[in-house]
Amino acid sequence: MPLGPNTLREMLHTMQTIRRFEERASADYHAGKIYGVVHCYIGEEAIAVGVCGALRDGDQIISTHRGHGHCIAKGADLDRMMAELYGRRDGYCKGKGGSMHIADFEKGMLGANGIVAGGISIVTGAALAAKLDGKGGVAVSFFGDGASAAGPIHECMNIAAAWKLPIIYVCENNQYAAQTPASTTIARQGEIVHRAAGYGIPGVAIDGNDIFAVHAAAEEAVARARAGEGPTLIEARTYRWRAHTERAGQPDYRPKDEIEGWKSPDRDPIARLVAHLKRDGHLTDAEFEAMDRQVLDAIERSCAFAEKSPFPAPDDALDDVFAA
Amino acid sequence: MREITYAQAGLEAIQEEMRRDPKVFYMCTDAIPPLAKEFGTERMRATPIAESTMTGMAIGAAGSGYRPICDWRQVTFCFVAMDQIVNQAAKITYMFGGQQKFPILYRAGVGGGGRLAAQHSQSPYSMFMNMSGLKIILPSTPRDLKGLLKSAIRDNNPVISFEGNRLLQTKGAVPDAEADELIPLGKAEVKREGNDITVVALAWAVHEALAAAEMLAKEGISVEVIDPRTIAPLDAETIKASVMKTGRLLVADEAGPVCGASAEIATLVSEDPATFRKLKAPVKRVCALFVPIPYSPGLEDHVFPNRTKIADGIRAVMAA
Repeated sequence: MPLGPNTLREMLHTMQTIRRFEERASADYHAGKIYGVVHCYIGEEAIAVGVCGALRDGDQIISTHRGHGHCIAKGADLDRMMAELYGRRDGYCKGKGGSMHIADFEKGMLGANGIVAGGISIVTGAALAAKLDGKGGVAVSFFGDGASAAGPIHECMNIAAAWKLPIIYVCENNQYAAQTPASTTIARQGEIVHRAAGYGIPGVAIDGNDIFAVHAAAEEAVARARAGEGPTLIEARTYRWRAHTERAGQPDYRPKDEIEGWKSPDRDPIARLVAHLKRDGHLTDAEFEAMDRQVLDAIERSCAFAEKSPFPAPDDALDDVFAA
Repeated sequence: MREITYAQAGLEAIQEEMRRDPKVFYMCTDAIPPLAKEFGTERMRATPIAESTMTGMAIGAAGSGYRPICDWRQVTFCFVAMDQIVNQAAKITYMFGGQQKFPILYRAGVGGGGRLAAQHSQSPYSMFMNMSGLKIILPSTPRDLKGLLKSAIRDNNPVISFEGNRLLQTKGAVPDAEADELIPLGKAEVKREGNDITVVALAWAVHEALAAAEMLAKEGISVEVIDPRTIAPLDAETIKASVMKTGRLLVADEAGPVCGASAEIATLVSEDPATFRKLKAPVKRVCALFVPIPYSPGLEDHVFPNRTKIADGIRAVMAA
């Protein structure tokens, strides 16, 4: 289904929210309000938003260590997300998870994983559950080019193809596993899409910074999955603007001109969508500025909410080891 | 009460729970014929030989409202799934602040005696005890296996059932289906009452300890045999109460001693001032020798504990 202007503006709003949320998260990380580690998704926003835009409530996803974008795109609450990053009691995980494990299970997230490739089989199990339910639910596994070289994706694509599970494997190929270029560690010059052929499932490589391409590929894969026709592999080619993590002193060996090149308006997924909407007369500069202010206000409110939320009591560390 | 084998008791537990709850389904790298026959291939799912994926899929299905059973067959085969066990299953409830429950039963055979050499004769349960977030059962009798498996399937957390390879054909009295007997996780059982020494024995070693106790009764030594049945969480109370009575402790385990369940049990008693003060002799362990398990019968038998070694150990504690 072609995307109407209202839907596109909503998608733009979500993409801008991801970007601004992470700008704030990295700033607050460097200010010492957020601990441990933060992995930013900036530059890759079209993938989470395009894919989640093709899903319904009840469809399930699993996220990665670079998970804020998936969380926001699946409809998580910014206040509870920021409270989690701040390590507070009102965070999604009551301060037990932090940035790498931010997830809203009620919105259909099965977690976010600190282990590269760690979530792929879990969400494949959710696809099996959806198939057993027989209600047309689907599951989405987000993973990166780094995870594509680990065992789980092969095992899972095999079983999902053999059992025709309703799942979409979305490889966010940002071309680097931490500092290591995919072209040096992944066969076929770092192109992942070719794997699909080996399992007899559709595989599509798309421009992951083109919201239209992402959404169209996701819609087709989701329709197939809902119809009981099994899995699809989508390789969405993209680029991460920031270093692998926000850790101080973290080196970034990627060429400067390469990084800057991906930030140019003709490659930036947000600038491209803004230009499209403006060209078609569905957005003005003033409207986009207003949207951005709204986004920034919401993020400011989430920080205030997080600041106000208490830290967990030390003994809360003993809760939640087991479910009742 | 009728007598059935340990293997049959395990199967009955699964059948009864699958009949009771349509959300229970079974994954194994080979279909188990009676389950496939009764429940069909949708619920008795023969998987590829991909234990890591099967283990992870159980987590995802559990988080989506099912109660999967994932049968690794031998514990050996689950080592390729350690990421899913250690990083995912054990931590997923906690790491996400208890947002979701993950009811999963993992099953694996443990122990030696089958002349199967180093890989297929292991008892590495203490590796898993080391991970908070996992419950672990280690049943020694058909009745315990059935009752504990039924409780494990109804539990809302990942539970690992380690089932003794040497026990599969042992027979014992088991209540029938109508009884629907559930044995609670975390409850030890006094398998034989005695006054002079407490022997805490695990799995197959329970039977060897009982045989040793019978021999020693003729020598005038009264042995109390305790079977923890669940090793995570351990029923410290029952073990300590017995040591308060006897003042002596020996732990018998088919696994090796280093950082083992036996070490944990010994520590429970030596750390608690009350039980420590009651001790009349140092705590002793009778475990496997600390080597990979060898193949040749004479070698394998030498490495494992048995009733004679347990009896010798008891005499040594009594003489200390």
